[in-house]
Amino acid sequence: MLQRTPLYAAHVAAGARIVDFAGWEMPIHYGSQIEEHHAVRRNAGLFDVSHMCALDLIGPDATRFLRRLLANDVAKLTTAGRALYSCMLNAAGGVIDDLIVYFFTPTRYRIVVNAGTTEKDVAWMQTQLAGFDARITPRCDGKDESQTKNALAMLAVQGPQARELFYTAFPASRAATESLAPFHAREWPTNKGDWLIARTGYTGEDGFEISLPVSAVAEVWQTLIDIGIKPCGLGARDTLRLEAGMNLYGQDMDETTSPLDTGLTWTVDLRDTNRDFIGKSALVTRRQKHQFVGLLLLERGILRAHQKVFSPLGEGEITSGTFSPTLNQSIAFARLPMSIILGSEVEVDIRDKRLKAKVVKPVFVRNGKSLLEFTT
Amino acid sequence: MNTPTHLKYAASHEWSKTESDGTITVGITDHAQEALGDIVFIELPAIGRTLKAGEECAVVESVKAASDIYAPISGEVIAINQMVIDAPESVNSAPYDHWLFRIKPANPDELSALLDADGYAATL
Repeated sequence: MLQRTPLYAAHVAAGARIVDFAGWEMPIHYGSQIEEHHAVRRNAGLFDVSHMCALDLIGPDATRFLRRLLANDVAKLTTAGRALYSCMLNAAGGVIDDLIVYFFTPTRYRIVVNAGTTEKDVAWMQTQLAGFDARITPRCDGKDESQTKNALAMLAVQGPQARELFYTAFPASRAATESLAPFHAREWPTNKGDWLIARTGYTGEDGFEISLPVSAVAEVWQTLIDIGIKPCGLGARDTLRLEAGMNLYGQDMDETTSPLDTGLTWTVDLRDTNRDFIGKSALVTRRQKHQFVGLLLLERGILRAHQKVFSPLGEGEITSGTFSPTLNQSIAFARLPMSIILGSEVEVDIRDKRLKAKVVKPVFVRNGKSLLEFTT
Repeated sequence: MNTPTHLKYAASHEWSKTESDGTITVGITDHAQEALGDIVFIELPAIGRTLKAGEECAVVESVKAASDIYAPISGEVIAINQMVIDAPESVNSAPYDHWLFRIKPANPDELSALLDADGYAATL
């Protein structure tokens, strides 16, 4: 049985086309995903991301546990509210999930994981917790009543005007969050429970991701729409994240993929040689096998996941591909041979035709602007 | 959902219109364009290609997916609509005005195998 977020009825009322995403009935768009995409690049868009699960990690060993559990190192989080993107690896160095961890104190963290992986993530974390004095509490819509009562919904407001429009809707939040640097969050107490307001996102634009009690979310959603923030579905979320060079779990990487082969080497922190995180020895032994790059299609067509890429240096495969509404051109991520050079031309097999594509850095758009002149 | 009664339909969501010279103009239905979402790329068959009814002969791609288009009737491709190649989104806005290709039918009797508007609507 598919799950629904607390905003399901609001999506249907807004004319959403609903699809099955990772076991959830989610809006793919509300009419035109290209218009939604442009709204985020040019003004502001609102996403229901309540399918993602927030987990609270609390206990004296919380920091020591996360330094073992995650490939990135939470030791560098020293100011309250600081966020960190990390992979959680298995012993073979494959990616179990990618996640964001928020630091509050050395004994209290918030972790946000992907919807489709929540169950296996929590099971994995519980197993790894043996020997650590800390506890994981899922804050997503759960199977038992006590979990559901404390469940959090999540909204993302993204775009150059997102924060200003959010302050127009919730003026009292300005003082608490105006000084937040990117990738920082602050807890904001309201008469409708505590909100976590984070300056994070999955679009390459400025904005907030807000966790708040399920009981408050429908009214907040409507308030944000009433002041002119456009509701956006998962379709726009996918084209925005691809343009912004952000990986999607299950598509660009999974349990068989090393973070080194999917452009996430920057998230693997090996600086503290005494730290032994899960998967570390496998990564060190195996090393990087592929180069993770961006592709720009130079002919008409659309790049898609699993299309084969041919170069004089060997073959590769596209992991995510789409039409970029900002660039008006097809773009993709691909895993290619290590020796491939940025700026070179490769060929992509699309329905038995070989079309030319250019190899670029896997990030295409940031803050509304094309990065292509810098990446080629 | 708009399903004009003067057209014939395939269950695979193509519409067919018989022109006064007996040729068949083919496009995709309102239901198809809505299910696909924003259309961003259209690939059409070569003029002169001989098609069999039910054969894959074109591709319509939206941002989210690629969808094959099937020949509703056997025959020779005698024209393609360059306008939808240049402006694929026009098919979203007016799917019955923006045709994809035109066929000179090999056997006009095959048309009777297609659905009328009610029959097509019943498959949705």
